[in-house]
Amino acid sequence: MMDIFAYEFMQNALLAALLVSIAAGIIGSLIVVNRMVFLTGGIAHASYGGIGLAVYFGLPLFAGATLFSVLAALLIAYMTINERERTDTFIGLIWAVGMAIGIILVDLTPGYNVDLMSYLFGSLLAVSQADLYYMYALVALIIFIVTFWYRDILAVSYDTQYAKLRGIHVNFFYTLILVLAALCIVIAIKAVGLILVIALLSIPTYIAEQVSVSLQGMMLYAVCFASFFSITGLIFSYSFDLTSGASIILVASISFILFLSYKKFFA
Amino acid sequence: MGIIKIENVSFSYEDELVLENINLHVSTKDFLAIIGPNGGGKSTLLQLILGVLQPKSGTITLFGEKTDKKSMRVGYVPQNTNVNTHFPIKVLEVVMMGHTGSKRPFIGYGKDEIACAMSSLTQVGMEAFAQKKIGDLSGGERQRVMIARALCAHPTLLLLDEPTANIDAKGQKKIYELLKKLNEDITIVVISHDIAISLEYAKKVAYINKTLSFHDMSHLKRNKFFTQNEHFCEVELLSLVAKL
Repeated sequence: MMDIFAYEFMQNALLAALLVSIAAGIIGSLIVVNRMVFLTGGIAHASYGGIGLAVYFGLPLFAGATLFSVLAALLIAYMTINERERTDTFIGLIWAVGMAIGIILVDLTPGYNVDLMSYLFGSLLAVSQADLYYMYALVALIIFIVTFWYRDILAVSYDTQYAKLRGIHVNFFYTLILVLAALCIVIAIKAVGLILVIALLSIPTYIAEQVSVSLQGMMLYAVCFASFFSITGLIFSYSFDLTSGASIILVASISFILFLSYKKFFA
Repeated sequence: MGIIKIENVSFSYEDELVLENINLHVSTKDFLAIIGPNGGGKSTLLQLILGVLQPKSGTITLFGEKTDKKSMRVGYVPQNTNVNTHFPIKVLEVVMMGHTGSKRPFIGYGKDEIACAMSSLTQVGMEAFAQKKIGDLSGGERQRVMIARALCAHPTLLLLDEPTANIDAKGQKKIYELLKKLNEDITIVVISHDIAISLEYAKKVAYINKTLSFHDMSHLKRNKFFTQNEHFCEVELLSLVAKL
């Protein structure tokens, strides 16, 4: 079976899947414990605006997406920081407005018909060498930031009120987690796509949370589960000629159901 | 020595006056219970003492200093310790969050922090739980861990907001026994609506419902109104307190 990885595009796909899994495991853990899954969903959809931006101005796709999704994260952080109870409204807003901007910008671009589907659902098999370099850099940045501020992030995530009393700048870390989520989404755009990334951020981390006693342990488990799901999904997608992003998510959700059943009936 | 000095403090949320002309002095090794109805301003007063909120008028000093600086000599135990119970975090890590002083970046803890956290856990009798996940503990056990977290900063003043809410009667008694022991060295201020149990252990009591009335419990205790482990009628007690 390993001969399928003899092709260069399959090797790239495999590396990209692993990179996405590392980012999704680490950031997904932060998002799940902070209950920010739908905030991230909002940023993910809004980042389509970045794709439109890149297409319209002829920028590299990753640059446009990074710029736009980080801005969307900052905007969401700013709007929700003092009005957490209205978070759902702001998510809906950013979600739709970002996508609308993207679609209009693509419309306005002459003679270029961008394949919307490939960004929404990913195209692992089309990941290039240059894409990989960009993904390496972002994953390295995420790992550095999370480990450098690990203890403050842990304190803020576990007990915001107490962290504030201890003099930790909770608003800074709230914003930081959202910006990291935005970077993670950018990494995932090519692999599983904007929409499916939410499942990759939450399914492996939910299972990991159940079996971990510490946040760092949860991140580690989540990275392993996410890698397993994406590699298995990739093999399925290649073998049966299916969309890679969707295959990965289905492998993850079937595993999730198996895990829940196991927990219910055996544990 | 004066630990907390509150002078002529008023506080309002927008137009609603919550606290009016509050005066309160807490001295070393006091055990003060703050009681009063819901919405009476108990938690607001605690937030003012912590410096989270600033009074609209009047002054509050802690150890002779204004409260706008974060004091490291105050240990705080929040009201609801049942939040985030699914969070993957070990008891020891929770306690280490209370450690003050320089902390290094990156993952990992210093030996001094671990030692400090372990000794706080020993103080509350929870050292055997250090490596457990916080969510696997009972409400009473978790409350003791939160007290250990506050103790990790070596406070001279311990503030507790409803420490026995959501804990069964036996657990409540254990918490108050622990506070009594800690009170040998530390000044304690506790907010509570469990009037019976908090008054049994408190040396002084402040009743807050927008305004504050203060009572020294020592003569009540001398009158043998309280006898250990015996139930008493809260209504009877409140009428007695009101007459003072």
